[in-house]
Amino acid sequence: MGRYTIRRLLQMIPVLIGTTFIIYAMVWALPGDPFSGKCGQRPCPPAYVAEMTAKFNLNDPLPVQYFKYLVNLLQGNFGESFSGRPVWDEIMQAFPVTFRLALIAIIFEIVIGISAGILAALNRGGFWDNLVLISTLIVISIPVFVIGFLAQFTFGIKLGWFPPTVGPNATVYELLLPALVLASLSLAYVARLMRGNLTENLRADYVRTATSKGLSRQRVIGRHAVRNSLIPVVTFIGADFGALLGGAIVTEGIFNIRGIGGLLYLSIRTREGATVVGVVTVLVLVFLLVNLIVDILYGAIDPRIRYE
Amino acid sequence: MSDPNASMAAAAPETVEKETYLGSDLPPAPGDKEKSRSLWSDAWRELKSNKVFIISLVLIVVFLIMTFFPQVFTFGKDPMACDLTKSRQAPSSEAWFGYDNNGCDVYTRTIYGAKASILVGVFATLFTMLLGGFIGVIAGFFGGWVDSILSRLTDIFFAIPLLLGGILVLTSFPASDSTNLYSEVAKVVLALGILGWTSMTRIMRSSVIQVRNADFVVAARALGAKNSRIINKHVVPNSLAPLIVLATISLGGYIGAEATLSFLGLGLQPPVISWGTMINDAQPYIRVAPFMLFFPAFFLSIAVLSFIMLGDAVREALDPKLR
Repeated sequence: MGRYTIRRLLQMIPVLIGTTFIIYAMVWALPGDPFSGKCGQRPCPPAYVAEMTAKFNLNDPLPVQYFKYLVNLLQGNFGESFSGRPVWDEIMQAFPVTFRLALIAIIFEIVIGISAGILAALNRGGFWDNLVLISTLIVISIPVFVIGFLAQFTFGIKLGWFPPTVGPNATVYELLLPALVLASLSLAYVARLMRGNLTENLRADYVRTATSKGLSRQRVIGRHAVRNSLIPVVTFIGADFGALLGGAIVTEGIFNIRGIGGLLYLSIRTREGATVVGVVTVLVLVFLLVNLIVDILYGAIDPRIRYE
Repeated sequence: MSDPNASMAAAAPETVEKETYLGSDLPPAPGDKEKSRSLWSDAWRELKSNKVFIISLVLIVVFLIMTFFPQVFTFGKDPMACDLTKSRQAPSSEAWFGYDNNGCDVYTRTIYGAKASILVGVFATLFTMLLGGFIGVIAGFFGGWVDSILSRLTDIFFAIPLLLGGILVLTSFPASDSTNLYSEVAKVVLALGILGWTSMTRIMRSSVIQVRNADFVVAARALGAKNSRIINKHVVPNSLAPLIVLATISLGGYIGAEATLSFLGLGLQPPVISWGTMINDAQPYIRVAPFMLFFPAFFLSIAVLSFIMLGDAVREALDPKLR
């Protein structure tokens, strides 16, 4: 187990370097003037261009630029944006809000998604099964930004149940509606995945054995069938948590949340290269760590799995 | 919108090789040549009597007609013929879906909008399927260090979210004044394809690994067949099914992703009509003219829905375990 974890952590290094290099190259090396629009309507003064070119090593060849960036990164220095603000401060300011949003979204996924899946599988072919299948299909086919607008318009503006936008403090109550929108797509996948697995497991031999041993239906389903069906669902939810942190660009935009997604979108649009690379590095790191934790959790849920 | 491929990739048996199953439920052994030959005809027989398949196929054919012959539905109206005096007029018998902010007929524009969205979906799927499938076959078939390098490369691209990569590529493109539909579509296809191929690679690789050591491959090699012949004649035909299912479902996902990018103002640009750009245009007027947003969003959702339903039906037909 310890050796497995160490091996996985070592494997993460090349992935992290490769990913940040690709992002770095996309941000700094693709055509386009990094100074366009940086100084208002007029072109930037030569002194400013010279200083910034030196600061971001823009005259070096790309691998050298990236190597210098990486050395700084290893010392915990994420660099500064064009305005001179440390990137790390920007990330730390935006991260808590997005983390809270993603956490609430995951709770929605687990509670609603898994219960809907169980409900559907236990009533296969019945009313609840069809309701879950049809409603998840509808949610999957409507793009998130349309769902976001509809939810904001209906619950925020027409009915007034929730605030239509989120204030600077981003309280849990304000985040409920955006989190539900953010979770909607994955929630539908979780419900379908759970339904499929449980249906398959309910027909398995070990369930028949458990029933014929005289165990109560509740125990057969709860201890045997559901627990076995949870394994792929846990993988999906784990991978999704990483995706939710970075994929909240659209939801954060619609509900005016000042989180990582909003920061990233703004930085890409204003070509704040250092901020983009810094945010993506943190996101990829979180994504890889969450995946590792999920893989280790496997062993706890499924004792058949052993780590070499 | 999050990436619909993620669910398929998460469900893909990536974990098979790094864990040892102590139980008897090993991954299903691949069928022999004769059985898998009849798999396709079996699947076709099953599909012909599947209501969901027929419905989604009919819808897709309708969307394809919209793509290539929009005049059939619009009675010769021009989507660019707009009359400012009719700005934001509600739906009527004259204009079924009402008029948008510039007084253009929303119905005509919605029909013409199908073209860009469907083209992006089809070409992004083809691009990722060919690139991802090719890398997956090479990695799965040759194994060893080739597999290690290609798999790490896949991991690197897989760690970048699809939408994020799409935004990065599209912002970095030099601004062009091109109003040519095809060059705009190609730009979006490239942005989605650069990151979209990874899930195709993973699923193709794991299904090739399952076939690689099957008896018919060993037999072909013993008869002196070259690697290229084994791959083309034996391995690929017998491991293609999961890729086709994923591709059908992804097609719907790419149409949604294009709309999201256009909605953010990055994908297709205004002279080009697409559902995404129409929704983007309608966004500020949602309270006074909700029909401007509703109709393109409805068509978009139906298009995504029909490809997802088609994928579901094909998967059910191809997976004997679900029968």
